[in-house]
Amino acid sequence: MTPPHYFCTIASLSDALRVGKVSSLQLMREVIARTREVEPRVGAFNSFDEEDALAQASASDLRRAEGRTLGLLDGIPIGLKDVIAVEGQPLTASSRMLANFVSPYDATVTRKLKAAGAICWGRLNLDEFAMGSSTENSAFKPTYNPYNLECVPGGSSGGSAAALAAGCAIATLGSDTGGSIRQPASFCNVVGLKPTYGLVSRYGLVAFASSLDQIGPMTRTLEDAAIVLGAIAGHDRNDSTSYPAQVPDYRSAMTAIRGPWRIGIPREYFGEGLDPEVESAVQSAIAHYRKLGCEIRTVSLPHTQYGIAAYYIIATAECSSNLARFDGVRYGHRSIEAKDVNELYFKSRAEGFGQEVKRRIVLGTYVLSSGYYDAYYLRAQKVRALIRNDFLAAYRDVDAILTPVAPTPAFRHGAKKDPLELYLSDIYTIGVNLAGLPAVSIPCGFTSAGLPMGMQLVGQPFREAELLAIGRAYEREHPWAERHPSL
Amino acid sequence: MQYEAVIGLEVHVQIRTESKIFARVRTGYGFEPNTLTDPVVLALPGVLPVMNKAALDAVIKAGLMLGCRIAPVCKWDRKNYFYPDSPKNYQISQYDQPICSGGSVEIELPGAARNLMGEHRRIPLTRIHLEEDVGKLNHAAGDSLIDFNRAGTPLMEIVSEPAMHSPDEAFAYLTALRTVMIYAGISDCDMEKGQLRCDANISIRPKGEQKLGTKVELKNLNSISFVRDGISHEIKRQIALLSSGGKISQETRDYDGMTGTSQALRSKEMAHDYRYFPDPDLMPVKVDDAWKDQLQAECAELPFEKQRRFFEQYRLPYTITSVLIPDRGLCDYFEKAAGHAGEGRAQAVGNWIVNDLLREMNVQKQSLAESKVRPEHIAELVKLIDEGTLLSNLAKDVFVEMAATGMPPAPIIEARGLKATTSVDELERWCREAIQSNAKSLADFKAGKDSAINAFKGPVMKAAKGKANPKLVDETLRRLLAQM
Amino acid sequence: MSSEPNINIEHVATLARIALTDDEKRVFASQLGDVLAYIEKLKEVDVSGVEPMAHAFPVFNVWADDVPGPALPVEAVLRNAPASRDNMISVPKVVE
Repeated sequence: MTPPHYFCTIASLSDALRVGKVSSLQLMREVIARTREVEPRVGAFNSFDEEDALAQASASDLRRAEGRTLGLLDGIPIGLKDVIAVEGQPLTASSRMLANFVSPYDATVTRKLKAAGAICWGRLNLDEFAMGSSTENSAFKPTYNPYNLECVPGGSSGGSAAALAAGCAIATLGSDTGGSIRQPASFCNVVGLKPTYGLVSRYGLVAFASSLDQIGPMTRTLEDAAIVLGAIAGHDRNDSTSYPAQVPDYRSAMTAIRGPWRIGIPREYFGEGLDPEVESAVQSAIAHYRKLGCEIRTVSLPHTQYGIAAYYIIATAECSSNLARFDGVRYGHRSIEAKDVNELYFKSRAEGFGQEVKRRIVLGTYVLSSGYYDAYYLRAQKVRALIRNDFLAAYRDVDAILTPVAPTPAFRHGAKKDPLELYLSDIYTIGVNLAGLPAVSIPCGFTSAGLPMGMQLVGQPFREAELLAIGRAYEREHPWAERHPSL
Repeated sequence: MQYEAVIGLEVHVQIRTESKIFARVRTGYGFEPNTLTDPVVLALPGVLPVMNKAALDAVIKAGLMLGCRIAPVCKWDRKNYFYPDSPKNYQISQYDQPICSGGSVEIELPGAARNLMGEHRRIPLTRIHLEEDVGKLNHAAGDSLIDFNRAGTPLMEIVSEPAMHSPDEAFAYLTALRTVMIYAGISDCDMEKGQLRCDANISIRPKGEQKLGTKVELKNLNSISFVRDGISHEIKRQIALLSSGGKISQETRDYDGMTGTSQALRSKEMAHDYRYFPDPDLMPVKVDDAWKDQLQAECAELPFEKQRRFFEQYRLPYTITSVLIPDRGLCDYFEKAAGHAGEGRAQAVGNWIVNDLLREMNVQKQSLAESKVRPEHIAELVKLIDEGTLLSNLAKDVFVEMAATGMPPAPIIEARGLKATTSVDELERWCREAIQSNAKSLADFKAGKDSAINAFKGPVMKAAKGKANPKLVDETLRRLLAQM
Repeated sequence: MSSEPNINIEHVATLARIALTDDEKRVFASQLGDVLAYIEKLKEVDVSGVEPMAHAFPVFNVWADDVPGPALPVEAVLRNAPASRDNMISVPKVVE
């Protein structure tokens, strides 16, 4: 039985579009209809602009009719996390601070998607300013996990994961600072790729922690991830931290790369706190690779246990400075009660930011404040170097590292109240951001309760094609993502 | 008790670039409010900074000219503080790795008289770093209005050691620094446009004491004369305070040049804690020898070096150089004219430039570029006078016409019949008559008193109605006297 | 060295320009106290001789040529502004 278009992959839809089985306008209409149907229960969108999306779809059809099709993404609706700027569209970061902000410019990834003919569709919910792991920190509304509406979709790119899983977009973009693409992908049974730091331009991504943030695709298959990555990756003169690397055709490159590979299993990632069902799902993936003839090696990433501490120092320090611009002066929420400019700052920021954002700004301000810099920030940067060295040392012996994504599957709304407890659940994902490595979350089964689980493959810098190829060797025989939620 | 002032200056110089330091939108002064901004300048959500190479070139050049060490590697830091003119609420600056450190500025203190060169000293520099300028706040009755046109303009902060001891020294430092910056083409240093801004750290201590006193930061010294007056005022204020048993508190004061008073800025209720940390959005800068060498080759000659060369090469007196040197364009003009004029005529050329050319420019309200007088015309004028073709008492009028018309001197002299065309016979006759009618001077001259010859010149010039060439008169007299 | 970090919420919130309610101050102090206690872990790591890692990869001299591009039209500058007049952003009076 063929699935409805809104559950199809980019690869299959681009074929269907090419041969005229479906038009982009029809596809867009079906996605809109699906969105209208399930969005009230899922809550993945902060807003969407149907008229604009239909106009983009018609333009795509016109290009196709005139033989000017721009590529595989032409006419495909791609949802954007509401931290990625699209000219003329709201850019809220799910914050009251930016509730009324309309971007006057396009992010580089937006510009690239448009150049590839993709339809920029919808503004997807997230934890406010991408700070959180459940999308419960959105100032507007929580997002619900399409596989179990009582559970969170993960975060911070929860809207991107849930919209995709629910069939409200064909692919989405998320952003990942400490796991914000991979963890929701694992909670929602989709593929989530965090590229190597510097591969995808951050220009136009509302910054959380500049040295860690990276935009990446969330898709139904690794092949789709390769297609989207190919469209958004590449050096950008507007982002000084963008790496001047050549971008291969990931889709063909990933099929050309063959195993067997040496796969590393970090012993520090399989300890206390790991849910047994998740552990056994990951173990069976390991068994699959062994069966394929891959060499499975235990590796050590000895500084793993310091990752969270280093991460929360660096991330909050950077965020405390990055978010200083939200002051109610030039744009954004301004308190009506302010009598002088200082009061304007204090009140606008108190009213405009949610609890988690305030908490992190306060922590970040503290670790940078006079007398603490060396003990916190500088030391965290040194530990960061050690963590990166751990990975690079491991890559002398292995081609990729396989780990769980999150210690548990999706948890219930309201289940985790304590910030530290939530921070600790990022244990498997943050090392990757600290080291600047590429990593992909791949669906690897369901719990007995029917919740999706994911595994993480961590690759070497700028070797996304290889990473995707390794993942494909599993996905080919375990197409978990073909199982859709019943909504 | 005798007190000694200790002064350090922090000078901000706007670098003249086309675009801003971290954004590709143009810089400028006097534009309609908020027309020189873009998403980066306004710090809209999601934007990122990208360095402007020209700003780096400029600061390295400044460093090379002032003898600074250029850091092989330096980075950018964020200075975090909230203020409405600062769009990001942090300023991108350089904290612990400034691009230039050390170096010095050569200054000239006032001489005993205007025409006497003053003492030269070197004021050591602590550092020079790059940062971005902020926007401009306009205070209205009920609110404050922000214009972000200036925000993001590249700024160089030049920090001196606390090594100056008088307002005159501070004034000389600022003048010298400004001249270097203008020479290097780094900035126009127009203080009225805020292109050069100065804050002073001032303390006093009993003379002979080594320990520094409590320093007061004096802000808004926004004209070169305010710097001298403001510092002078602050030193007097501190001495008066200490002498009357008071205590100096470490504070920032705002100097009002119009009233000549200063006021403590309401000490910001919140202590400053800038929370510097390396900007993760910008990559570090590496300066290799090739880059330095290339910039070194582009560096202009330093003003005081030029002055010393002018003394030696052209034998110019101090008074002429002191007019020429502050203006690099005028120096170039002079050198061009002196070159055309030939050996031994540089001083005359210099005189024509600093007296007549500048006077005419002033009268016509012209800049050097607008002046119609070309350097080779001045050279020709000097030559014509020197060769006796034009009498110097007539030359001023010729110059005025040169300035008005842009014509070279020769056709003007021709047209106005000013050529000194005395016949040799006539001149000889006048000379003979002058000698014969003054036996005493003749005797004196014969007795070896050379200056006695001057006594014959007056009657000759009188007979020639002023049109005789003095040089020719002198030669003729000597020839005749020798025969007697 | 062993002293437990004690975050002065009031001071830090002032630096960050966020008005916190008494409740928030109390809750944040305790939550951030826990986080800071956890972060103390880092002191165990021997970081001697380790270069701090500021960027994911070492690249230098990333710059642009000094060529201006288009400015944002002033209407676009002001469209998101909470208050403006005379083409400038208006804020309550700034007292030095």
